[in-house]
Amino acid sequence: MMNNFDRMLSSEDVMRRRASFLQRIHIDGPLLLILLTLAAGSLFVLYSASGKNWDLLLKQATSFGLGLGSMFIIAQLEPRFMARWVPLAYLFGVLLLVVVDVMGHNAMGATRWINIPGVIRFQPSEFMKIIMPATLAWYLSKRTLPPHLKHVLISLVLIGVPFILIVRQPDLGTALLILAGGAFVLFMGGLRWRWIISVLTAAVPVAVGMWFFVMHDYQKQRVLTFLDPESDPLGTGWNIIQSKAAIGSGGVFGKGWLLGTQSHLDFLPESHTDFIIAVLGEEFGLVGICLLLIIYLLLIGRGLMITAQAQTLFGKLLAGSLTMTFFVYVFVNIGMVSGLLPVVGVPLPFISYGGTSLVTLLSAFGVLMSIHTHRKWIAQV
Amino acid sequence: MSQPIRLKDHEKDARLVRNRVVVGAVAIMLLICVLIVRLYYLQVIQYDYHSTLSENNRVHVQPIPPTRGLIYDRNGVIIADNRPSFSLSMTRERAGSDWQQVLDTIVEVLKLSEDDRVLFEKRMRQGRRPFEPVPILFELNEDQIARIAVNQFRLPGVEVVAQLVRHYPQGAHFAHSVGYVGRINEKELKTLDPVNYSGTHHIGKTGIERFYEDSLHGQVGYEEVETNARGRVLRVLKRTDPKPGKDIVLSLDIKLQEAAEAALGGRRGAVVALDPRTGEVLAMVSQPSFDPNLFVTGISFKAYAELRDSIDRPLFNRVLRGLYPPGSTIKPAVAIAGLDSGVVNAGSRVFDPGYYQLPNYDHKYRNWNRSGDGWVDLDAAIMRSNDTYFYDLAHKMGIDRLSSYMNKFGIGQRVSLDMFEESAGLMPSREWKRATRRQAWFPGETLILGIGQGYMQATPLQLAQATALIANKGVWNRPHLAKTIEGQPPVDENPMEDIVLRDKSDWAKVTHGMEQVMHNARGTARKAALGAQYRIAGKSGTAQVVAIRQGEKYDRNKLQERHRDHALFVAFAPAEKPEIVISVMVENGESGSGVAAPVVRQIMDAWLLDENGRLKSGAVPATVAEETAP
Repeated sequence: MMNNFDRMLSSEDVMRRRASFLQRIHIDGPLLLILLTLAAGSLFVLYSASGKNWDLLLKQATSFGLGLGSMFIIAQLEPRFMARWVPLAYLFGVLLLVVVDVMGHNAMGATRWINIPGVIRFQPSEFMKIIMPATLAWYLSKRTLPPHLKHVLISLVLIGVPFILIVRQPDLGTALLILAGGAFVLFMGGLRWRWIISVLTAAVPVAVGMWFFVMHDYQKQRVLTFLDPESDPLGTGWNIIQSKAAIGSGGVFGKGWLLGTQSHLDFLPESHTDFIIAVLGEEFGLVGICLLLIIYLLLIGRGLMITAQAQTLFGKLLAGSLTMTFFVYVFVNIGMVSGLLPVVGVPLPFISYGGTSLVTLLSAFGVLMSIHTHRKWIAQV
Repeated sequence: MSQPIRLKDHEKDARLVRNRVVVGAVAIMLLICVLIVRLYYLQVIQYDYHSTLSENNRVHVQPIPPTRGLIYDRNGVIIADNRPSFSLSMTRERAGSDWQQVLDTIVEVLKLSEDDRVLFEKRMRQGRRPFEPVPILFELNEDQIARIAVNQFRLPGVEVVAQLVRHYPQGAHFAHSVGYVGRINEKELKTLDPVNYSGTHHIGKTGIERFYEDSLHGQVGYEEVETNARGRVLRVLKRTDPKPGKDIVLSLDIKLQEAAEAALGGRRGAVVALDPRTGEVLAMVSQPSFDPNLFVTGISFKAYAELRDSIDRPLFNRVLRGLYPPGSTIKPAVAIAGLDSGVVNAGSRVFDPGYYQLPNYDHKYRNWNRSGDGWVDLDAAIMRSNDTYFYDLAHKMGIDRLSSYMNKFGIGQRVSLDMFEESAGLMPSREWKRATRRQAWFPGETLILGIGQGYMQATPLQLAQATALIANKGVWNRPHLAKTIEGQPPVDENPMEDIVLRDKSDWAKVTHGMEQVMHNARGTARKAALGAQYRIAGKSGTAQVVAIRQGEKYDRNKLQERHRDHALFVAFAPAEKPEIVISVMVENGESGSGVAAPVVRQIMDAWLLDENGRLKSGAVPATVAEETAP
């Protein structure tokens, strides 16, 4: 491990000395390559999942372009600059969430959007997906590690405020991702194992409390049908049964591109958004999903490598959290579609249709690139 | 207090994070393995299961109901056909989240009541698969279809669906013979073949529709179709055509049926006309009748209650289920029994003082003619319907022989070949009385059986058949309504034994007596035969509705109209070579020869004469002028 590490360092050194074009524009070559591969794969699967809808494909491609642009801009920002402005961004984000909360209640229903017609329309909760871990990374990087109980508690408050606001929207999936984003910073910061274990143990009564006091009926229903989808096969259980049937009927090699009957005959709900992995599984089989998982692993591996090589503690904590959260996306999405986890609205990163999540994800990778390409080599000596 | 300044140990922090990265990487690898194991489980281990599930999803087997066989009268006039009927169906998923609102709109557009609204909602909640249309309203009329079409934009997920439904163009004419179909009910569902009836909503409930259900229904067909989740058929993969039900041609003749109904002239009663040579039923009337179309798509409770509770009992099939003491109409059959068993012969005579007394008994069994007919022989006994003669005959014969002979004539037996729910009637015997009443047989009971009273009960159909046996000289042909089923005549699986007499000329002797009834100057029904161009053999009868006490006289003025006697008449013509047998029962008609006999005559004329009132070729004209009394 150490040997590898050194060799990579040296190769980085060589790259830096050559001062390649990519290096100069603060883009990480391997990450970019993997992301472009995923983008191509996404369009390929989406073409089938959307029922050969070119308009939808064009929109997704545009979102990719937009996301790459956002990634490029963020990669130019120095991590130090980010650390300086993050607390303000956090406060701004929480403010927006409060606005959404108030508006949502006036509008009698779930509202996740800030919408100023003709100007901008976005989800503050998406914004928080990056700001949340960045804020905690900023906070903890200024403390001694592993963090003391006091700092941990303050961190939990920082996580808790946006978490509760987003749960109230209600958007359980995003709230859990933001919770994970914050928690992974603590984890990377060396949160003591006994605390981790005691929190996990305490989670059981908390979950019970959530069940009775916090969760909406539709969320409870999701959990119930997750536990026994057959109990309501025509209502809420329909999605899971159909997605399992889609994946299962794909077998090892799949039915072939554009030949998935479940998705093409509309049995599979949300086939081009959250449930797109079922289309992949049906048309390309176990082999196809494994290939995707390998690409994801390469991406995560690269992210963890960037984490390990980051020079500042802020960079390490943020990069580690973003990478781990990315994995949570993958795991929760595939887990829910294959019937391992409850159905919470988490898209499959880079593959599912949807501009907002694409821009957020690519921005996060922009942060990783920034952390990786703004290292100061003189300081190392 | 001085706080020690803590210096950040970057090397330690880096090591800490690096350790956590390793832990994270291991956790990620483990969880990825969990996912792969899960996918392996779904895609490899459970592959067959999910593959089947997905295939079943995609491919639906839709039953195609067969077209129900048509029913014609003997001349090819349609009695039952299938017509498209429109129903309103709604798909909840396509109606959007506010499907209840759509129901409100339907109620508003069609101007229906709140009760209908409740019914619709109940039907909607019984929906099965998502995207499956649920029928909520049946039998739309053109106005309603137009209203739905105009308001279609307000009614998402609502559509008008056409299906073939039974229709009876002749209305009430054949309600009691052909019967009707109705929606399959819970009870029938349990006994039906679920496969063959998978696409069928209606089943024969009574009459021909019920009896020949198997032939009329046909064989269901299938269509394997690829559907999407909305149930929309994308393409047909395989198709097995249904085998339509068999067409049935009835022996009924619509013109004779109408003539018979006209002859009854609105009175309550029953008419059966059959061809004695074949057993084919030519007309079958039970009045009043009802419109069978009401029952096809479900009769309203109110309309049904009206039919059911009507004092005229339109739902009651008098031909098959109406049980009446046959009265004097049974005398020809009793006469055959007497001749064949040897207790009387054509020449033997009985003196009638107006009553009959059993030896050692005081009770007087009265002749209808209180003054008596003097010496009567067989011919006169039939002609005059002399009760005393038949008391004597029955007494001499005894219950056992009488019962056995009457059974041969079909009394107490189901005589028809293909009629649903026919009553067997009742021919009493010693055994019957012991079993049901726990009493011994009294000789007096035999006497009154001789004139068709007492326990004996028969349907108008049985009376027609007993008469047909005399016309046909004992050869049994079970009366049947179906002439052919898809070109094939119906087969009698359980034929009755022909009546073989020791002396075949006995048939002619009794027939001669019956001819005297019509054509002799002293015949009881001579008025009904006036001017007939053919010879008729007939016999009148009256069936008591309420018993008359000993020593009392039947006084019509004392009796309520519904308690008056039923008038009966049986006859066949031409007497020499019978082509038609008719049995008529007029409820509370009182006089067999006065009320029922003219009905018979009118029907016979309709059958045997052409439009110009001339005898149709083949019929035997009356060659003998009015005979005088012997």
